[in-house]
Amino acid sequence: MSVPKVGNLPSSKLDAELTPLLTVSGVSKAFGGLQALSDISLQVNSGEIFGLIGPNGAGKTTLFNALTGLYSIDRGEVRLGSTRLDGRKPHQVLQAGLARTFQNIRLFAEMTALENVLVGRHARTASGVVGAVLRLPATRREEADSRERAHALLRRMGLAQHANRLAKNLPYGDQRRLEIARALASEPTLLALDEPAAGMNPAERAALRELLLQLQADGLTLLLIEHDVKLVMGLCTRLAVLDYGVKIAEGTPDTVSRDPKVIAAYLGDEAL
Amino acid sequence: MSSVPKLNKPQPRWLVFGLLALGLALLPFLVDAGLGRSWVRLLDLALLYVMLALGLNIVVGYAGLLDLGYVAFYALGAYVYAWLASPHFGLHLPFWAILPLGAALAGLFGVLLGTPTLRLRGDYLAIVTLGFGEIIRIFMNNLNAPVNLTNGPQGINLIDPVRLGEFSLSQPHALFGYTFTGVHLTYYLFLLLVLAVIFISMRLEDSRIGRAWVAIREDEIAAAATGINTRNLKLLAFAMGATFGGLAGGLFASFQGFISPESFNLMESIMILCMIVLGGMGHIPGVIFGAVVLTLLPEALRYTGDWQRTLFGQIYIDPADLRMLLFGVALVAVMLYRPAGMIPSARRRQEFADAKG
Ligand SMILES: Nc1ncnc2c1ncn2[C@@H]1O[C@H](COP(=O)(O)OP(=O)(O)OP(=O)(O)O)[C@@H](O)[C@H]1O
Ligand SMILES: [Mg+2]
Repeated sequence: MSVPKVGNLPSSKLDAELTPLLTVSGVSKAFGGLQALSDISLQVNSGEIFGLIGPNGAGKTTLFNALTGLYSIDRGEVRLGSTRLDGRKPHQVLQAGLARTFQNIRLFAEMTALENVLVGRHARTASGVVGAVLRLPATRREEADSRERAHALLRRMGLAQHANRLAKNLPYGDQRRLEIARALASEPTLLALDEPAAGMNPAERAALRELLLQLQADGLTLLLIEHDVKLVMGLCTRLAVLDYGVKIAEGTPDTVSRDPKVIAAYLGDEAL
Repeated sequence: MSSVPKLNKPQPRWLVFGLLALGLALLPFLVDAGLGRSWVRLLDLALLYVMLALGLNIVVGYAGLLDLGYVAFYALGAYVYAWLASPHFGLHLPFWAILPLGAALAGLFGVLLGTPTLRLRGDYLAIVTLGFGEIIRIFMNNLNAPVNLTNGPQGINLIDPVRLGEFSLSQPHALFGYTFTGVHLTYYLFLLLVLAVIFISMRLEDSRIGRAWVAIREDEIAAAATGINTRNLKLLAFAMGATFGGLAGGLFASFQGFISPESFNLMESIMILCMIVLGGMGHIPGVIFGAVVLTLLPEALRYTGDWQRTLFGQIYIDPADLRMLLFGVALVAVMLYRPAGMIPSARRRQEFADAKG
């Protein structure tokens, strides 16, 4: 059985780079007196891997939460293609095509790996109570299709042998990959990953790198928060740097890593 | 769900089903012969509690919403039946019209009472739903003036039994050369409905809807970020649970022939919750087991007086006190030694296997 294609976009990178997919304009968010995000604007183009870096507490996760509807924003606008995302509920954001993973893994602990991925299909399936109770033909078809896709995703993530194990009993690296599989099950156009390599060993990181490149080749656009500078610089087409809720730089890995502000705030001497 | 190993060979499976069906069909006769008529009545009651527990299991066991006011829906179903089939308003509609109506109305109330609690979790949800349950009971207690809707604490009497034409479940009938009493026939009716509720629960559990409920229970934020409309699915859980509660309420009214607010107090909600927790939350066989045991055990413990007399020649402790004491000890013991319930779900068992392997 072939590996399922993820994402709905053509994989031709050349013209893809010209099409903006995610447009964040002037987004601000405060928690009480703390300005966690100040007037953030950035644009992620179709087909690219866009990096988001910055020191601890810079507001990277807060930006993810603001994009995915978990936090309401104070000001600004978020668009995915032509769809407004700000003011939407998390499930509507996912429905629109923006899926995410969490920095502190949030799997459904008491569900199996397969069930976790099946939950990821929720937004792309429709059967309700009557269909489920009567096992109507449409429901059966939908369920069989979901299971087939879920198994294929688990295979792709190297988790096939864990399909029937509870998520909470999987090794750490597998849990991270399972979260990616769950997000991919919703067939997103943009996948936002919050420190996917955290806690992974070098071999797992190398595998993750390959996986992300494959997803990009399939036409998926990626938004990546990552502290592993080598990984980010090697993978990303462009990146933005946050510090104290402010975007201090944006550009190609080369430009950004030579930016004095970025070196002072985040990279330090190691990048030189 | 998928983690449950399936029996693949058809013969043993059908054999098991066949024996189970035969056992369930003969049960009231065996109980009647062995323990007496009053125990057949208890069997009927146990079936009602299975229905109630399976309904609450959807709310608490699957969706993880701690609802302590569940008995309100039971009361609603019972009063709807009483209003439409008793001399109270002089209405005598047929049961097949009232039961679905009561269940649907209870389901609607599930949504109405669920809506304001959507943002609440855990303890807070428990307290608010507990309040709702009490409000409904107090309403029933006081709605005898200015218009006498509920007849207040006296309750409503002479409620029609389930009846089709001349065939009433309150009288004995001769069928196939045997005499079936009312409690026997009621048993078969309740069994049929319980089987339907079990079937619906099983199908829902292993579906897109059931998985979404469990996902909400496990992590509501992750569930929302995974595309689940948590508001709608929580309301659906409240509605489904309340529907089963309303159905059980209607059956209860027809079975007893009399209802009053006293039957629907907080203790009742807590008892149904205990059945779920004790049997195995979120696991259908566990919930059924919990409901049957917790209905029959307190009755069996009524005999502690007789036991004391045979053992010691006299009664040292009042059976009513001893009964509650033993009941409490049993609950504590189960929670200590089997915290996941008497019959925990396959997930829990698998967890155990995973820990070993
Ligand atoms: N819900 C919240 N309530 C109050 N303050 C918050 C909340 N979420 C985040 N913050 C604060 O906002 C700031 C940005 O946090 P955020 O988690 O976005 O940082 P980050 O860039 O993801 O850091 P890290 O690299 O450590 O993950 C921090 O000071 C944090 O304490
Ligand atoms: Mg973070």
